[in-house]
Amino acid sequence: MPANRSGVALSDPAWMRWLLIGTALAFLALFLLLPLVAVFAEALRRGFGAYWAALVEEDAVAAIKLTLIVAAIAVPANLVFGVAASWCVAKFDFRGKNLLITLIDLPFSVSPVISGLIYVLLFGLNGLMGPFLKAQGIQIIFAVPGLVLATIFVTFPFVARELIPLMQEQGSEEEEAALVLGASGWQTFWRVTLPNIKWGLLYGVLLCNARAMGEFGAVSVVSGHVRGYTNTMPLHVEILYNEYNFVAAFAVASVLAMLALVTLVAKTVLEWRFGAELAATRHK
Amino acid sequence: MVAASSTDTAFPRAGGAVTSILRKPSVIPGFGLTLGFTLTYLSILVLLPLGALIAKAGGLGWSGFWNAVLTPRVWAAFEVSFGLSLVAAAVNAVFGFIVAWVLVRYSFPGKRLVDALVDLPFALPTAVAGIALSALYAPNGWVGKPLNELFGLKVAFTPVGIAIALTFIGLPFVVRTVQPILEDLPPEEEEAAVSLGATRGQTFRRVVFPAVLPALVTGFALSFARGVGEYGSVIFIAGNMPGLTEILPLLIVIKLEQYDYAGAAAVGTAMLLVSFVMLLVLNLLQTWMRSRHAR
Repeated sequence: MPANRSGVALSDPAWMRWLLIGTALAFLALFLLLPLVAVFAEALRRGFGAYWAALVEEDAVAAIKLTLIVAAIAVPANLVFGVAASWCVAKFDFRGKNLLITLIDLPFSVSPVISGLIYVLLFGLNGLMGPFLKAQGIQIIFAVPGLVLATIFVTFPFVARELIPLMQEQGSEEEEAALVLGASGWQTFWRVTLPNIKWGLLYGVLLCNARAMGEFGAVSVVSGHVRGYTNTMPLHVEILYNEYNFVAAFAVASVLAMLALVTLVAKTVLEWRFGAELAATRHK
Repeated sequence: MVAASSTDTAFPRAGGAVTSILRKPSVIPGFGLTLGFTLTYLSILVLLPLGALIAKAGGLGWSGFWNAVLTPRVWAAFEVSFGLSLVAAAVNAVFGFIVAWVLVRYSFPGKRLVDALVDLPFALPTAVAGIALSALYAPNGWVGKPLNELFGLKVAFTPVGIAIALTFIGLPFVVRTVQPILEDLPPEEEEAAVSLGATRGQTFRRVVFPAVLPALVTGFALSFARGVGEYGSVIFIAGNMPGLTEILPLLIVIKLEQYDYAGAAAVGTAMLLVSFVMLLVLNLLQTWMRSRHAR
């Protein structure tokens, strides 16, 4: 009997193969492909002119700018945190390490709405620190800082959870060698560690960025929906949709959908080209 | 500063490092810096705000908390959110398993593309998914119209619509937890079963399925947990009728808009508690299954 997986004994009969492939493809087409196609079809329903007009309209441009600003602060912040957290988790043994890893993952199991709510309860006008902030003239909720905080929370674990297993797997021998040969700590990080983790880091940043730009629930709670001022792209989509301005809503949504497609392509290329250099926990 | 301390310590400890590599010797600098930064960042951005939530809910007192949570409207939202997330997770467990199976075991044209597409719900912003599903399943939409005309089935603005949105959002969790386990399944076990005279069905039931079941349960739990908290993809298709199609996260938003901060905190805390208890139960179930399978 052949020992490989494609052996006769383990190959399913053709009718069953095609039945299962057909079922899987039909399910994916209905649930994943069709919504994606619908976004672009609805956006272009009134032609390219109307599509383009919806994108260069003043509030849409403001929303695009704000989304880029929020991501430009939240993603680097979580990148620095992710590198620091994975350095201390992967290079050292200490008590409470598993608890720390669990806490880092915690934001993923919190509903996006609760992720926004907690900042409202802390920094909002009636919140714990509300009176103090008001006295200082600082506004966090219903302003850009609140959007940044909520975005940092929902994208908190992305870089760290990609780097921790990768750095644990790589061990510390190379860093030890560099240090023994007289390199400083920073030199070791920049010249030895960073080149080893760069693809995993990029992978984490990619996923972090996609979520940061696309987040809806958390930023919706802290934004206050001030048009042209605290509306990110996903929030702008909601406003347009609720005003029955469907073409404009789907036009802005199509930009976000393209961001998702670019993210998927880049992610697939990274997995394909540098699979061995990404975290071992990731298959392929 | 770091440079000085590392060159100071590198030579005296170099000899020890070789013998105790497994112990991860402290030749590596930066422990205090990175741990300090990690704990500070984590405390300010995650632990302190979550503490504010618990404190606000706790400020209501025991009876105040229950009065805020045990209203018919909140109770109905609990049933909608948890019930429909279970339905969606069950649908995903079945079809996610088939998708994972097909991607691991069979080859067909465009397989790599299909594999990449599975992650779409992770990458597509939830609001975009929400309006797209809403447009598709509306009474005049591409899918909603034929369903309504042929079967009289209304999807958008009913619980069915919510279940569809939650299925969309949860699918990758099942596929991505089952897929690596199927890939690592040693073919020898199945070959042994077949050569001992087992039929295909028996081999699947007795050999393949028990090995994959813990991963399937994990995927189910992740999909379920994601569904309970999901907001963006649901609110557009749900119709948001209090008591019928109003999900818990929306109820929190409504309470916030009415400046009922304590009520929002109470519902949020209750939601977190129930989710954690359910995940704990599923975790225990999974551990139990693993130990049974190992025996």
